[in-house]
Amino acid sequence: MNWGSFLTTQLPTLVVVIVGVPAVIVGYIVAGEFLVRRLPDAARPSVRPWLWVGPALFFVAAFLVVPAILTAKASLETSKGDFTGLTNYARQLGDFPSGGAWIAIRNNVYWLVLYTLFVLAFGLILAVLFDRVRYESLVKSLIFMPMAISSVALGVIWKFMYWYQPPGQIQTGTVNAILTGLLRTDPRIWIQDPKVNNFAIIGAAVWGITGFAMVILSAALKGIPADLLEAARVDGAGELTVFRRVIFPLMMPTVVVVGTTLVIFALKAFDVVYVMTGGNYDTDVLANRMYKLLYFSGNTGGAAAVAMILLAAVIPVLIFNLRQFRAVEARR
Amino acid sequence: MASVTYDHVVKRYTADVTVVKDFNVEIQDKEFMVLVGPSGCGKSTALRMLAGLEGITEGEIRIGERKINDVAAKDRDIAMVFQSYALYPHMSVYDNMAFPLQMRHMPKAEIDTRVKNASRILGLDDFLQRKPRALSGGQRQRVALGRAIVRDPQVFLLDEPLSNLDAKLRGQTRIELQKLHRDLETTFIYVTHDQVEAMTMGDRIALMYDGVLQQVGTPSEIYDHPANLFVAGFIGSPSMNFVPVTTSNGTAKGSTFEVKLPKPIGEKKGTLGFRPEALTDRAVEGGSTLEMKVDVVERLGSDQYLYGQVGGDQVTARVDPRMKVASGDEVRLGLDIRSIHVFDAETDKALL
Repeated sequence: MNWGSFLTTQLPTLVVVIVGVPAVIVGYIVAGEFLVRRLPDAARPSVRPWLWVGPALFFVAAFLVVPAILTAKASLETSKGDFTGLTNYARQLGDFPSGGAWIAIRNNVYWLVLYTLFVLAFGLILAVLFDRVRYESLVKSLIFMPMAISSVALGVIWKFMYWYQPPGQIQTGTVNAILTGLLRTDPRIWIQDPKVNNFAIIGAAVWGITGFAMVILSAALKGIPADLLEAARVDGAGELTVFRRVIFPLMMPTVVVVGTTLVIFALKAFDVVYVMTGGNYDTDVLANRMYKLLYFSGNTGGAAAVAMILLAAVIPVLIFNLRQFRAVEARR
Repeated sequence: MASVTYDHVVKRYTADVTVVKDFNVEIQDKEFMVLVGPSGCGKSTALRMLAGLEGITEGEIRIGERKINDVAAKDRDIAMVFQSYALYPHMSVYDNMAFPLQMRHMPKAEIDTRVKNASRILGLDDFLQRKPRALSGGQRQRVALGRAIVRDPQVFLLDEPLSNLDAKLRGQTRIELQKLHRDLETTFIYVTHDQVEAMTMGDRIALMYDGVLQQVGTPSEIYDHPANLFVAGFIGSPSMNFVPVTTSNGTAKGSTFEVKLPKPIGEKKGTLGFRPEALTDRAVEGGSTLEMKVDVVERLGSDQYLYGQVGGDQVTARVDPRMKVASGDEVRLGLDIRSIHVFDAETDKALL
């Protein structure tokens, strides 16, 4: 395609984008304000906020609420659109413990517990230790670096890290190279062996997100006034006691916010699993199962049911998280 | 209860940043010692070295006979009240005060007795279950004091504890602190930049400037016999008048006046210092007189301050409020020669 034809075909779009969108926004605001000003004085303060949040509400409704309702409807229907009641749910939740979505549910529980706990623990330890390091910002940026890597690249990197060659051959995967070279044990089939593969994948994801937790926890740590710690030391507390009795309780609200955010990440886990195993070898998670049901099996009802299960799991955490966040903000 | 000795103590951050220089003080057991000086003079650093919050670069600090340079803060048996109070925001008032005792693994019953006792002394009984956030500034300040007194420490350190209180509360707390010192019979070391606090509370005052100890003495020693120009100017409000003079034998010559000195000093350039209250509305027997052109008159009811010029020099006088003066007047004031000071122009040291 040359520039001439590009301009002729795409020019109208370009004009709409550059001129049209701002014009619509300005028009909306001007017209809205015009209408609001005609209202009686008493009504204006209660109406005006709606004018400004209106567009956001519209987009949330159009792209979130409506699809959610449609998904809920689809979960009660067959792929052809006939109402089947709770059949889809029964199929996903039947045959405990290895049928339906149970493997995925079990793995999501693994993620929920291990991913959240390890990220919090590592984040906290690193934040506290780096607080006393001279080149703190440099070391912290190193730990934060994996955050800049896309999850797909992260999955590929860790596939190489976990690479397996039969015993006796040279191990090209870093983890197995360490096992055979330094520890003198047999290499493990990290990605395919159902005994370890979930933990291997969770480990890779933990590596990717620890920097996030560390940075937020570190900010919370820095928010604790230094003289509180000094007071505790003068009061006779050793460093561990200072951490346990003063630092940690004061960081608790932030730990909870980070923790619940991580729980949501864990429930939504998809990308790393998709790249590393595609959900095979008993490593499936709900989000990946939903994806497979929808695009490989064409089972819209089943996929919608899985989506609803996931939504039901996330919502309580989400509400708790928002409340906690507000509580932290209120305390400032 | 113990004495505290600073023995040639130096605090240096880098090779050319020395904040405390060769600091030597002996603080007696049960004494109320005030470290005073302008901000940045090293007084807080001196205190924090004693508390164990800053390392000691050179010299040694002893509590009683024990050298504490290498003792961790938590093992020094010192209680400290911070300027910000540093109350633990997540703990109730009770737990704030109980914390140092828990750190000493004291039995619960004993902790309870001590906390209740301290809260009774400080009038905190009704607030024990509250969080610091729900207290007023004055109440927080008392909790900070309570956290220190429950411990019955060897030394009590206070780092500008009154500076976050309003003027009225500050005056009250000043008196309460002195009572507390009397009742506890413990060594108090009190850091402040406020010379009024220093004068009113201290058994002795150690005055610091630019990392150097200028003078140690009782409030009246420091007020009546300042060791140098800085001490003379820092203590007293309004501050001492300084007028350049030339001394010869028994007199000091200013630009337009001459003052007889109580004690002869050799031929020298110097600074004559006299406090505003050394000036009176009538000439003193055997004293000197100054001609003052009054610029501003301040009547405070109990006192009257005259701000004006003697020759080319700014002078403040504190005179009887019944004296009739208006701004613009020329008045003749008597100078009490028993309370004049002469400082060497080169070394700033007191010659008289």
